[in-house]
Amino acid sequence: MHDFDVLVIGGGHAGVEAACGAARMGARTGLVSFDLNAIGAMSCNPAIGGLGKGHLVREVDALDGVLGRAADAGAIHYRMLNRSKGSAVWGPRVQADRKLFKAEVQRIVHAQGSLALIEGEAAALSLKRGAVAGLELADGTLYRAPRVILCTGTFLGGSLFRGEERFEGGRIGENSAQRLAAQLREAKLPMARLKTGTPPRIDGRTIDWAALPEQPSDDEQWTMSALTPGRVNPQVFCAITRTTEASHAAIRANLHRSPLFSGAIDAAGPRYCPSIEDKIHRFGDRDGHQVFLEPEGLCTHLVYPNGISTSLPVDVQHEMVRAMPGLAAAVIVEPGYAVEYDHIDPRALTPDLQLRAIPGLYCAGQINGTTGYEEAAAQGLVAGLSAAAEELGAAPPALDRANSYIAVMIDDLTLQGVSEPYRMLTSRAEYRLRLRANNASTRLTPLGLDAGCIGTARTEWFEAREASRDELTAIFDRKLHSKLLADADLPVRRDGGEKSVSEWVRHDGIALADLQPWIDEDLTQNAEMLAELAEDAAYAPYLARQEAELRDLRASEGLGLSHDFPFSEVPGLSSEMIERLTSAKPPTLAAAGRVPGITPAALSALLVYARRWQAAA
Amino acid sequence: MTDTIFAISSGAPPAAIGIIRISGPLAGSVLEHLSGRDFEPRRASLTTLKNSRGLPLDSALVLWFPGPETATGEDLVELHCHGGRAVLSAVCEALAALRGLRAAEAGEFTRRAFANGRIDLAEAEGLGDLLSAETELQRAAAMQMAGGIFSAQVDEWRSEVLRLSAQVEAALDFSDEDDVSELPPQFAQGLIALSTQLEDWCSRPRVEKLGEGFRVVLAGPPNSGKSTLFNALIESEAAITSDIAGTTRDVIERNVAIESIPFSFVDTAGLHDGSGDQIERIGIERAQVELARADLVLWLGPEGRGPDDAWEIAARADADDFTPKSKAQFAVSASTGVGVQELKLALVEKGRDAMPRPGEAALNARQHALLSDALDALLGAQKVSDPLLCGEELRRARAAFDRLIGKATTEDMLDALFGRFCIGK
Ligand SMILES: Cc1cc2nc3c(=O)[nH]c(=O)nc-3n(C[C@H](O)[C@H](O)[C@H](O)COP(=O)(O)OP(=O)(O)OC[C@H]3O[C@@H](n4cnc5c(N)ncnc54)[C@H](O)[C@@H]3O)c2cc1C
Ligand SMILES: Nc1nc2c(ncn2[C@@H]2O[C@H](COP(=O)(O)OP(=O)(O)OP(=O)(O)O)[C@@H](O)[C@H]2O)c(=O)[nH]1
Ligand SMILES: [Mg+2]
Repeated sequence: MHDFDVLVIGGGHAGVEAACGAARMGARTGLVSFDLNAIGAMSCNPAIGGLGKGHLVREVDALDGVLGRAADAGAIHYRMLNRSKGSAVWGPRVQADRKLFKAEVQRIVHAQGSLALIEGEAAALSLKRGAVAGLELADGTLYRAPRVILCTGTFLGGSLFRGEERFEGGRIGENSAQRLAAQLREAKLPMARLKTGTPPRIDGRTIDWAALPEQPSDDEQWTMSALTPGRVNPQVFCAITRTTEASHAAIRANLHRSPLFSGAIDAAGPRYCPSIEDKIHRFGDRDGHQVFLEPEGLCTHLVYPNGISTSLPVDVQHEMVRAMPGLAAAVIVEPGYAVEYDHIDPRALTPDLQLRAIPGLYCAGQINGTTGYEEAAAQGLVAGLSAAAEELGAAPPALDRANSYIAVMIDDLTLQGVSEPYRMLTSRAEYRLRLRANNASTRLTPLGLDAGCIGTARTEWFEAREASRDELTAIFDRKLHSKLLADADLPVRRDGGEKSVSEWVRHDGIALADLQPWIDEDLTQNAEMLAELAEDAAYAPYLARQEAELRDLRASEGLGLSHDFPFSEVPGLSSEMIERLTSAKPPTLAAAGRVPGITPAALSALLVYARRWQAAA
Repeated sequence: MTDTIFAISSGAPPAAIGIIRISGPLAGSVLEHLSGRDFEPRRASLTTLKNSRGLPLDSALVLWFPGPETATGEDLVELHCHGGRAVLSAVCEALAALRGLRAAEAGEFTRRAFANGRIDLAEAEGLGDLLSAETELQRAAAMQMAGGIFSAQVDEWRSEVLRLSAQVEAALDFSDEDDVSELPPQFAQGLIALSTQLEDWCSRPRVEKLGEGFRVVLAGPPNSGKSTLFNALIESEAAITSDIAGTTRDVIERNVAIESIPFSFVDTAGLHDGSGDQIERIGIERAQVELARADLVLWLGPEGRGPDDAWEIAARADADDFTPKSKAQFAVSASTGVGVQELKLALVEKGRDAMPRPGEAALNARQHALLSDALDALLGAQKVSDPLLCGEELRRARAAFDRLIGKATTEDMLDALFGRFCIGK
């Protein structure tokens, strides 16, 4: 008899979603972490969401995850990024109070049924015939469980760098689990090394706020989670400052002391989020870089200067910071540093994040080469739901590139691997017009309901919301004559003729609310759902065009390449193509087309052979 | 393991020589089996081919090309035999009797070349056209495609679209950083430049024109001399002529090349109102359809009553009851031949303009449709103000380019494409 159906190791963002997700599915779940009080801790900048990332938060939320609710509970600053662009790329982002965020995560985790919290260090996996059978803690306790999910972050061979200083361990102040790491190395998993960094923290009392332009929280009362009724915390300002020539001079004079340039770190860092020394080195002609000063909480003076991640020596960090407007007297409380760590090549994982080499072992979060809370949480959710579903004989939500950013990320990771820490971007999603942060519930909650991972509160909320859908949809079929609109000074031609509300909202300069005079229903009721339907209408012609493409995609998704598909026997594949396909093991023909470097010719060779192989099987 | 395939690659016998190609892993051992010896790669050698029982089949010139640097990407053998039916069928029989060897399916050699990365889709299509080329112009156009000129061009467009996309995506995904602002002014220029190029390609004559010919339809009332002129133009008595109105009742079509420009001449039933005869009525309906399909109409009826853009022809110029037209392009007499040569020369001029120019790659219908898609998307990108929609349009353009050179193709497309090839190439 097993002690647990699913055991999750690590209480970071990935671990919390994995554990709660598995428990929501009804699996008997355990969550093991070094320090139960650290569950829900935000290791770095307490900001959640942003471009691409906000989509992930909303999707995790739509599947009844924890992240969105905790973000709202901690939020002290809301900002919708990209608001001037089309709504499909709006990026909801909040600045959270660390303590409040963590308290909410703790509350949810403790309230979650079917979930046991275990404090301890996971020391070794117990394996039977190569598959997972359980987990041994450092104190010798053994738990039997057929499925274990590793959400241990950077614990694998992490080293910290600051100037000439070195530390071992995941994050400052944490030890790393060496035995477990050794076990994974023995399994000969493909591994690689990446680096990331963090900026110095500044004491907010030493900042001259009055000298700096402010960035207020958004007035619109949106929230991260669909279940949050409204904003709960007082909202604070962020401020904006810039690096100066003097900051740059200090950096330039000391570049050789940065581990990034001295050669101490040679792992790849994120191109989209370079350290300040990298920016100065690569874009030397810039006279300044923008820096957001983001308060870390309501009851702390710590301020996170977003944009100056660095591993320069402490004295240079001081010099650089103090050369910026408003920071002349700034005191650094905790200097910035860089981390280099090992991660598992995610191509070793199946689409449900299970390691092919060790059945029953799942990996989620930074251990897979991603960066960010949202990316970690989304993977945790997938691993948790999949592991539970597998154990319970159920099916996890059917996610694919056309219905979620989550699937885009998992597909990218498991097929393409990573060459820099993977961060979500909207441009990674080819069907992003249909994947809006605003319609995540519509896209995913029904799938969650089918899978059985949605709790009562959200089920009720969703049913109530859907009840109005048909009625509201009918509003968009009403016909209105251009004369009416023109007479009301809306920017349309009088002779435009009769058009449906759907068509009118596609016009530049016409919003649904402008049409209220001719619509009986009160458009301020159900505003959220109406906004979603209006966006659907606005994008409809583009979405219709994608249909053929999606049919193609689904057809080639339908041509399965089983796990033992003999890529090396496909005639005409070059050894390079065979190697790429064999390490990515695409599960379908469509997936094979997304493996990097796979040529059209290789794809058609594969197609011809796969069809023959399927026919023979 | 892949089958080894063979086929006659040189067209239907009899001919002076008949070339049999063998492609696949067994090609080398088959050659050894037939000849009893080894051959130096890529050198022509004369040898006697024998069947399994040792009986001589033919004295042939053979070529041995070890893969993968071959036309199909596999081991390849060419047997240049004597071109008589009996010889070739004897060799084919001997080959078919060997284990692991079978006759090729339609298009299979090209399919393998494609599958092995020797050619891309556009080149494969070019090859298909080349093999079915009849006229010199057709051959020249197909050569351009098979040579990869179009693929190279698509690659270039694709990288340009990628460059433009990157600018849009930066504005979308990194707008929270001050280093990336709105789209640079050169962006719009880049879009316009690219769509202008595509417009030019889309407006070029299509490769099918070479196969179908320039379609010239003769039309007019009964007894106006259409069939007689038709016969004169095609230089054969294909259509019945008589002084009975309503002689021609169906559509007659003939393909001829004049000065190497391919034409398709179409004779139709005389047009007139109120015919009681059902057959004639159907004939007139068909004539109307032809008028719509025509590249050019020669109008032999009363002046100004023909379709727009038709050429006014004053026919039967020698006849007693000849009614001249005030603005006739041509006055001709099919009986005496007066004016016919001038008309032909004018048709050649007109037809040449409608054909792909020699030395220029021409698109087929599929390529034209995809290129038009890409163009449509690029024009769409210029119309929208939201960078998000602009990004979507550019993505659509990219998808069209991918499909042009065969990426993300569907099975059906491949099947349709390769089904066109005659066996053996
Ligand atoms: C220096 C630095 C700066 C960063 N800055 C940002 C940022 O500004 N914004 C952002 O979004 N992301 C940032 N990240 C990334 C982000 O912190 C991670 O991607 C994310 O937290 C990963 O979540 P996780 O759940 O995978 O791992 P973690 O959050 O690291 O959680 C791992 C958990 O596992 C536990 N654990 C490990 N080993 C064991 C064991 N053997 N037994 C029991 N428990 C164990 C740990 O105690 C920890 O609780 C930064 C990361 C670093 C290192
Ligand atoms: N003199 C003279 N007679 C001509 C000439 N062309 C046609 N005819 C005569 O005109 C009559 C009708 O010619 P057709 O070519 O059959 O006319 P059509 O337009 O095809 O007639 P339908 O098929 O009945 O519509 C025949 O008797 C021809 O011999 C010409 O150039 N000169
Ligand atoms: Mg006639």
